[in-house]
Formats: sequence, structure tokens, C-alpha cells
Amino acid sequence: MNEKNKGREGGYTCVVCIKQVPDTGKVTGEAMKADGTINRAALPAIFNPEDRNALEAALSVKERFGGKVVAITMGLPAAKAILREALACGADEAVLVTDRKAAGSDTLATSYILSQAVRKFNPDLVFCGRQAIDGDTAQTGPQIGEKLDCAVVAYLEKLDLDGDVAIAVRDIGTGVETCRATLPALFTVTEKFGELRPFEMRRVMKYKAAEPTVLDCAAIGCEDDRCGFAGSPTSVNKIESVVLAGGDFKEVPATDEGIAGLVAELVKDHTIG
Amino acid sequence: MKNTKGEVWVFAEQEEGKLSDVPFELLGKARELAGKLGVKVGAVLMGEGVEPLSGALFEAGADVVHMIDDAALKVYRNKAYRHAMVELVKEVNPQIVIFGATHMGRDLGPSVASALRCGLTADCTDLQIGGYEDKKTKETFENVLHQIRPAFGGNIIATIVNARNWPQMATVREGVMKPLPRVSGRKGELVKHGARLEGVEIPVEVVDIVRKTSSVNLKGSRIIVCGGAGVGSKENFKLLHDLAAVLGGAVGGSRAAVDLGYCEHERQIGQTGVTVRPALMISCGVSGAVQHLAGMQDSAKIIAINTDKDAPIFKVAHYGIVGDLNVVVPKLIKAIKG
Repeated sequence: MNEKNKGREGGYTCVVCIKQVPDTGKVTGEAMKADGTINRAALPAIFNPEDRNALEAALSVKERFGGKVVAITMGLPAAKAILREALACGADEAVLVTDRKAAGSDTLATSYILSQAVRKFNPDLVFCGRQAIDGDTAQTGPQIGEKLDCAVVAYLEKLDLDGDVAIAVRDIGTGVETCRATLPALFTVTEKFGELRPFEMRRVMKYKAAEPTVLDCAAIGCEDDRCGFAGSPTSVNKIESVVLAGGDFKEVPATDEGIAGLVAELVKDHTIG
Repeated sequence: MKNTKGEVWVFAEQEEGKLSDVPFELLGKARELAGKLGVKVGAVLMGEGVEPLSGALFEAGADVVHMIDDAALKVYRNKAYRHAMVELVKEVNPQIVIFGATHMGRDLGPSVASALRCGLTADCTDLQIGGYEDKKTKETFENVLHQIRPAFGGNIIATIVNARNWPQMATVREGVMKPLPRVSGRKGELVKHGARLEGVEIPVEVVDIVRKTSSVNLKGSRIIVCGGAGVGSKENFKLLHDLAAVLGGAVGGSRAAVDLGYCEHERQIGQTGVTVRPALMISCGVSGAVQHLAGMQDSAKIIAINTDKDAPIFKVAHYGIVGDLNVVVPKLIKAIKG
């Protein structure tokens, strides 16, 4: 691509929304409570994988065009750990939104609270991971975008900037789309964007005990009835753990005769042949 | 805003004048839900020059097609589609709106729900009509949409309701609902609506789309041979292709196999890949993580081949072969060739 005439004077303000999640890939028997719900405390808390790609997208904008990167998370104080990781990787500011009023928020309330926090920084670009592994909903990103009423570009794979326009390549499932989005814009980022750069050792030392800016719902101008349980239209009616029934399969010996018998059975009932 | 007489809507996703599979699957479910509620099924068809697609929607189960035909909707763009859909919902007031959990549906659905400030449940695998009691207020509700989805990496199944802020909205995974048999000549009511995009600035311009030319068609395959981490290498996966070839089937992979680079991402079967229900699934070296089983356990016949007799895959299998797939698969190929 032509490197001239790219970016703009003064660079871009990027906000990246990140989440600390239980590592759902490691759910074992011990992490399941007797009533079928999950004991989150039994799982390691990690930096949501696609939020790492989102942070990389923001850092790459800063690296190429200048500006700054603000990492925002909503959660419990323990989530400061991922904010420190973000600072160690190159983010300039870190913000924790934490408030008891936010407890029980579904994606609608979460996106409202986060959008209020994002607004404070008046960003040119907002990045969210496509989805978080504890819910897999992929809803919060587009819902923040709707509330900010900015351009929304989902499933970002590549990004370039030219003045006030983002040139984005995104996965549309049935293919790959290139679009031009006028800033401000929100992007949801997939793993295809590329892995988060490693920590800078110097920054790890500098930020290992850094205190992020802590904001509550009032500080970002949230209306109480749009936060937490009050602002969440969805309710969980029932939770069931996945119990595999079955187990009464027909065991076929791994011998020539056994397998020939199985094939004959499948031919006979018209499954194959 | 709660309209108990409101229609049950399906978003009829189309690209380049071609409907995707998912609206047909959703119309099957929508008919069932609308039948219980005693209301009509509506399909929302948006795009440019899309009127010819309405006939197929009627034949697949729609009573009404709400069409918005506008040049600004030629290609999907979040803001344009969101705005048109939100205005249409406000005008017609359906009680349920269902989207496919496709790339488009998972972008549009949340945006529309956000603008309407209503709930949305993502990636449902089932929808039912039932009651709900709010345990705090003791308030009871009848005939609400039970939105059923796996959560937490597939380890739990949650039933979500949205009893107050209607319409009730959900995205539904591709491949899990069965389309109804097409009723040739079935007719319905075509209602044309405006996009109401005058004065609305659309901040995105689509420059180019390169369509994927995929040779992999898992959803349409009667027979699937699926490999997991136990296959051991990309080279060993060739054995699975050989087996699929003699059966005229397709090759799929578990998430572990894809992550290890044994097969392409488009072959992934499971909660984060494709959901399949073939006549025959031959599962080779797949341990059977919950998220994988969610995408294949409705296969009519499942043969599991695994060296570990305690692997969870055997719990969903009809036939189990405890053994090394490198020994078993060649024997299978030999027996099939006869």
C-alpha cells in the first residue's frame, strides 16, 4: 500500500474494551457445583483471548500513526490484573469501571455502562474482541457501537487509516469484505487480526503494581435503571449442566471380522451403499 | 409495547439476491412457535430487487413477507440494516424476532436489540413457548419465549427469558433447526415497507467483497468422517479423506484438530464451528469435548473410534470401536470396498 497520505496529524485516540474471564477451556468436574452451576472461583481468570487481538489492533494504530491507547474493563477489582497486562504491552491509560450497581448486567446493560465509559475519552477508534469465552455472545461490541452511534465494523481482520477514514478488511462468513468507515468507528476484532505483542520487560516492572483509574457508574453518568439487574431485560430461567446420557453403544471389535460385520449392518439398513 | 397478538418474525438473510439456508431452518421453528401462540409467521426481507425471493419464503412457511426494497440495502451495512429493521419493528410490533446466528445475524441482532432496549439471547439451539415466574417479584408470565443455549464453553445449558421488554429476540445457530418440507404454490401476503433512510447518514461504504469458494460442504453431506487430536498429524488426516472418498462423504474436524493445524477451519464441527446432523458420522480420535458433541450428537448414526475406552465420545456413539484409528480406518476402507 502507498505509505504516503496515511494516518493524520496528531494520530488517533483508541479505546479498547477488555474483559477478564474464567478460562472456560479448563472446566472440569471440580469446577461444577452440585446444582449444575459453575464455580467460577475454581477456574483461572484470564485476559479474554479475542480482547488481546483487539488490544493489538489498538497498539498497532498507535505504533503506525501515533496517538494513545486507553484500555477499559468493567468488573471486579481483580480485573486490574488484565489492565496491568495491557499497560505492560503498551497501553497508555487503564480504566476499571466497578460498581455494585453493575452486578447482574446482561449484554444490554454492560454495553450501556461501557459506552458511557468510552464516551469520556472521545475516541476516534474503539476496539472490542469479537466475543468473550464465558458467554460467546458477541453482542457487547455491536451494542456499544449502536449506543455511540458510530460506524460499526464487525469481525475485523486488517486495518488501515487515511485521515478520517478507516479502511477495514472484515470476515463476513461467506467471504471477505473491504469497507471504508468514516471515524469515529467501533471494530470487533477476531483472532485473524494477529496475536498481541509480547510484554515490554521495562513496562512490566513499571506497571506491575500500577493502579488504574477506578470509576463507578455515577462517575460516567449512568442512569441507575439502565445498569445491573434493573437495566437487563433478560433473565436466566433455568440452568442445567450437560450430562451425557447414553453409553449403551454397541462395541465392535477392532478386527477384520468385527469391522466387516459393522459395514454389512450399515449396508443392510441403507446407511451406506 | 407487549403485543401478545404480534407475529413471530424471521430475518430472511440474503446476499446477492440469494437467500441463505438459515431463514428456511428458522421458518420451521417459527411455524411451531406461532402455532402455539395462535399468530402469524412473518419473514423480513431486506435488500435491493429482492421481491422474487418472497415466493420461496411463503413456500417455506411464512404467512407474511415484510419487504424493504431499497438501493441503500443492496449490501449489508450495520447502520442501514439496523435503522430499517428498528423502524419496521416499531411500526408492526412483532412479539418475537429470530435471526440466524450467522456473521450478519450476530452483528445485526444485537444492534437492533440495543436500539430497542430489549433483550437478545445469542446462539440458541432451541426455542420453546412456556411460562416464567420472576422469583423476586413472584410475578408470573405466560407464553414467553424460552431461549435455550449452551453457555460456559458448552458445559451448561441455560434457558433465558425476556418477559418484559418485548419483542423477544434471539439468534439461532445455523443447522440446528429443521426446515419444513416446501409446499409448492403456498401463498402469503407481501407487504412493502419503506427503508426510512432519508436523512440518515450511513458511515460505511463497502468497497469490495471476495466470496469464499469453499469446496467443503459439511451441512449438506449425508456421511461425515471427523478427526480429532487423536489423529496425530496432518499427514494422518489423509487417511480420513480416503475413508470419506470411498463413502462419498465429507471430512470434518474437532476444534482441537483445527487448532493443531490438522485440518482447515471451515471443517470445524461443534459449538464454535458447524452443526451437522448427517445420516452417518464416523468419529476418529475425537475425545468428545462438550462443545464438539453439541455440534454433532444429533447425527442419525455415530461410529466412534478411539484408543481410550473412557472417552466421552462413546457416550453419544451408537457403535464404538476401541482401537487405533490407523489400524481401524484401513480395515473399514477395505471392508467398504468389499
